[in-house]
Amino acid sequence: MDDLFKSKTSRRAFLQGSAAAVAGSMAGAAAASEPDPLITELQDWASYTGAGVDETPYGMPISFESHVVRRNVEWLTASPISSINFTPIHALEGTITPQGCAFERHHSGAIELRKEDYRLMINGLVETPLVFTYEDLERFPRENHVYFCECAANTGMEWAGAQLNGAQFTHGMIHNMEYTGVPLRTLLAEAGAEVSADRWVYVEGADASSNGRSIPMEKALDDVLVAFKANGEALRMEHGYPVRLVVPGWEGNMWVKWLRRIEVTDMAVESREETSKYTDVYEDGTARKWTWVMDAKSVITSPSPQMPIKHGKGPLVISGLAWSGHGRITRVDVSRDGGITWETARLGKQGDTKALTRFYLDIDWNGAPMLLQSRAIDETGYVQPTKDQLREQRGVNSVYHNNCIQTWYVNAEGVAENVEVS
Amino acid sequence: MSKFPNIFIPAVGGAALVMGVAYGFASRDYGADKIEVLESRVQQAEASVSVASEKAAAEADRAANLEQKISEVRTAASERVASGANLTAPAPVSESGYGLGRPAHPEEIAAWDVDVLPDGRGLPEGSGDVYTGEEVFVEKCASCHGDFAEGVDNWPVLAGGFDTLSDEDPVKTVGSYWPHLSTAWDYIHRSMPFGEAGTLTADETYAIVAYLLYSNDMVDDDFELSHENFTEVEMHNAEGFVVDDRPDLEYSAWRAEPCMENCKQEVEITMRSVFLVETLDEGGTESVMNQASAKGLPSFTADGPAFIPTAEIKPAEEASATPDAQVEEEADHGAQLLAAGEKVFKKCKACHAVGEGAKNKSGPQLNGVMGRQIGAVEDFGYSSVFQTAAEEGRVWDEAAMIEFLAKPKEYMKGTKMGFGGLKKEADIQAVITYLQSFDG
Repeated sequence: MDDLFKSKTSRRAFLQGSAAAVAGSMAGAAAASEPDPLITELQDWASYTGAGVDETPYGMPISFESHVVRRNVEWLTASPISSINFTPIHALEGTITPQGCAFERHHSGAIELRKEDYRLMINGLVETPLVFTYEDLERFPRENHVYFCECAANTGMEWAGAQLNGAQFTHGMIHNMEYTGVPLRTLLAEAGAEVSADRWVYVEGADASSNGRSIPMEKALDDVLVAFKANGEALRMEHGYPVRLVVPGWEGNMWVKWLRRIEVTDMAVESREETSKYTDVYEDGTARKWTWVMDAKSVITSPSPQMPIKHGKGPLVISGLAWSGHGRITRVDVSRDGGITWETARLGKQGDTKALTRFYLDIDWNGAPMLLQSRAIDETGYVQPTKDQLREQRGVNSVYHNNCIQTWYVNAEGVAENVEVS
Repeated sequence: MSKFPNIFIPAVGGAALVMGVAYGFASRDYGADKIEVLESRVQQAEASVSVASEKAAAEADRAANLEQKISEVRTAASERVASGANLTAPAPVSESGYGLGRPAHPEEIAAWDVDVLPDGRGLPEGSGDVYTGEEVFVEKCASCHGDFAEGVDNWPVLAGGFDTLSDEDPVKTVGSYWPHLSTAWDYIHRSMPFGEAGTLTADETYAIVAYLLYSNDMVDDDFELSHENFTEVEMHNAEGFVVDDRPDLEYSAWRAEPCMENCKQEVEITMRSVFLVETLDEGGTESVMNQASAKGLPSFTADGPAFIPTAEIKPAEEASATPDAQVEEEADHGAQLLAAGEKVFKKCKACHAVGEGAKNKSGPQLNGVMGRQIGAVEDFGYSSVFQTAAEEGRVWDEAAMIEFLAKPKEYMKGTKMGFGGLKKEADIQAVITYLQSFDG
């Protein structure tokens, strides 16, 4: 009994001592010498009754978290109907993105399409062109997989140098969900599709943009899913309710929403989305096409411009995300000095293939400025390149596929800023 | 499997207890007169010891067997894990099919399968000339793309941009960049005009594409495009694309073990974020130019930063709110509503102009719209529901506007306006305040 009491008092003394020690560097650090009224005084919430069970039949985040939302940067596009917004990755943890704050990209706006009105056609080079209803899709054997979906333009602004101050805006065109769906190969087999290597699958949506894309047969037979659930519930309207395509590891534009037609063809359609857009212009003016795979990439989500260090010196959790369209993330290194010295980070859990992996570096921050960087390594041994490496290869005219190492300058007050370094 | 150790531990423990008691009896020292009694007891005890040890031996055997079994199960389990086999499996594919879905009707395929391939397959019969194309374009496309396909605001530029592809900001137009003409025909036919997709006839589409070729100086003004001469048009950038060559150029070089220590001598900050992105309470962002310079920031070596800059006072702290500010704020409520309305109106701007010199775009100009008769802007081609309202003498009063903006398609059934409506009442009030500030 005595021992227990002693250890309590000594712990309190320790807390007071350490609080006093850092008080100088912490804005608004409470003096621990006064008893905390949150503890000593009866609080409303401990006295009154709270909300009843049906207060929010479908729960929303508590109002205190109302800042953790998707946000757009209006001047990037001509109209919010053909535009993009960004996942608040800086404020999320773990790896699964809640649907309600997962980024949106529409080419002609998000449409409302009822399950009852949903039809999926498979035609082209098939034995029997077929039409499926939503209920038909539910009767095929299905699978569950966690995959990231990254817009090819994620980090695209940064080709021109440090542009937007915030991980949400530099890296937020990404989300990571558990999908439930029918393998595309199952539906192709059902229609008796020609599946030789020189065949293509053209997929399009039911919205006004249709957003058609051509997928080589090899990929179509591999891991593509015709998905109707995400994170256990129906897809959200903005993510293609009731059915979207999931094309693991490949650019988000190919993940056709409101999927209405699958056509087997003998050549790529070369639609607007795979010629005028989503192609990468080199320095000499020639362009790369069919750049489908999203290469390995990572970013530190905290600290970051929207997540400054507020607690001063001492224990600091550096937290970030890594992913690769080529498979699993096997390692992430973190630098605190702009790439002079690297330390291997701890992975939150072994990453799934083509899914986000959380990494951590737990440090004792000495209060000195840092240049924080992270670099991802995937199971193929590919190492995330620096901005200089990418520019040397591709120039700066590109919009898409910028998977460079990101740098945050963290000053002595813990404020972080998007910078470029030599 | 986890139950085995629980059964087996008490059994062994019980045997040990029996043996301990027997040993206690055998080692005790008693008087000689008791020897006989004791000897007989010793014999009894020895007998029990022997029974007990037999039992113990039997238990030990059982235990050994169980241990053997447990280790076999464990080995098998770890082998299964190591070999990657488990009970999860990919969804099976039935060789004979599932018999789900139904055959598609030819009419259904014709309705949906409208894509056009680079070799011209999929093009319907038809034709259109540059002159007709200009007329259609000005009517249906120019509000966003400009009369000469030069692009309005942030909307796509469709003409020009030749010889800019190697510039830092290449102008990627149908003329300068698009490798196939089929792409333009297909996209315009199925997805344009924005908000009225799928309404262009084949001939109109041929005409618009002919006009775009003309705008790009690729054909003369008497040119007519049809399904017959379609594939004869040569695209400027047809040879400008290579298939993804990252595997050769990048992956081969970037799959080496990276440097971990002393990777650079010194690191300097060469650029700071161009924009500070402020996140607003009501959602969205406001971008502000970052005035800070990279001068005065430390360089880094392996020993850390060269120096620690002194704390800067942040502008936000200087301008902390005073009680006076609060009074001003309340007086400012109207101005705020106006500002909020201007922000909401960004959702409308693509199709509606307002303010000095506002012209009709794909929607009518909105100067003085509040209080004005419905469907009254001259030279605007209203849908029939608006024409009817005009004939009935209906007016855009606040109640009508609130209802319309909340659910346009319900209030004006058949409106061409593509916008789905404003969900927030506050947004509707704000945008009405904003519209009220512009006289007709």
